[in-house]
Amino acid sequence: MPTSHTLLALLEREPAHGYTLKRQYDERFAQTRPLAFGQVYASLARFEKQGWACVTDVVAGEGPERKRYRITPEGVEVVDTWVFEPQSPGVFSTSSLFARVSVALMSGRSAQTVLANQRATHLVRMRELTALRKTADPGGVLAISYELAHLDADLRWIAESGERLDKVRDGIAGEKR
Amino acid sequence: MTSKPVLGARNVHLTYGDTVALRGASLELTAGERVALMGPSGSGKSSMLHCLAGIIRPDLGEVTLEGAGLDGLPERVRSARRLQRMGIVFQFGDLVPELTLIENVMLPLQLLGGKKSAARATAMDLLAALDIDRVADKRTGAVSGGQAQRAAVARALVHRPAVVLADEPTGSLDTVSAELVLDAMVSLSSQLGAALLVVTHDNLVAAHLDRHVVMRDGVVTTTAEVLR
Repeated sequence: MPTSHTLLALLEREPAHGYTLKRQYDERFAQTRPLAFGQVYASLARFEKQGWACVTDVVAGEGPERKRYRITPEGVEVVDTWVFEPQSPGVFSTSSLFARVSVALMSGRSAQTVLANQRATHLVRMRELTALRKTADPGGVLAISYELAHLDADLRWIAESGERLDKVRDGIAGEKR
Repeated sequence: MTSKPVLGARNVHLTYGDTVALRGASLELTAGERVALMGPSGSGKSSMLHCLAGIIRPDLGEVTLEGAGLDGLPERVRSARRLQRMGIVFQFGDLVPELTLIENVMLPLQLLGGKKSAARATAMDLLAALDIDRVADKRTGAVSGGQAQRAAVARALVHRPAVVLADEPTGSLDTVSAELVLDAMVSLSSQLGAALLVVTHDNLVAAHLDRHVVMRDGVVTTTAEVLR
């Protein structure tokens, strides 16, 4: 779970309350969708249960108690493993786009329309990102370039697939017979 | 498309020896619109651009510039029309190496009969707008690829053309320089109300433009607007 591991990694820098962690996460990692408070507190509770973090102090106030969490050596080990372990390349072949194009081909829907719609949506996002990149800080540029590179890869696949759809459709029709 | 095209190719065919480059391709540009012409290598993109520019005369079909036929005119007249109404940017700029950047940018104005002092002032304004005025008096070999290409953009736009045609204008540049060149070309074309056609295989370049035309095997297969 990248989000919870990222939260744990943020805790490695210094002990923090849930609110502070959420703010730090949103500033650095939430490009379009801020993290829900519920997810932060659920993650912290799980870290504590698994021994990856512990409560350092509790401040009582008018609202609910505010717990401050500190990462444990076991938690640091978890972060170490997560950061250095290569991601399985398999995740890239399970995208919704590939599945939707395949289903369109199998069901006789227009796969060209699926590709064309996705292409237009990707290009709009690409345009937004290239504009954002002009004013982003170095960390932001890194995140934006990552997303741009993946959009570009998808667009190249879309262009290449467009040329092959007829052959794939014929193949599927042959399988049916 | 309802507005009158400023530049158009209709049912254009072109053959080089045994190789068929264009097989009835059509494309129209309206005033001020920004179009990406995409497609795999050998799809006919550059041939289409050369026909639209009047550099190559198609075997069949028609090319019109501001409502008047272009392809049927003699080479000398086509060159004159191109000089007056078009700006062209190639992948490697094609600036004259013996001239400084500003002398390159002044060229179209002087060829159109402008006075040297006025041409110099106009060119310098444009170089300043593109943030390369400090290297205005350097020759192309003494500046970076990105600076030379921005000068090529300035030369293409200095005479306020109706159409700007660019063939892989950022293909030889790093990402940062490419972004500067592209921004310059798109914003200056928009300011002048010039139509812009960019031949590119780069999705990041295409993302800056409003309409995408895709060619394959010498014909236009797709044309799509990009919503903003």
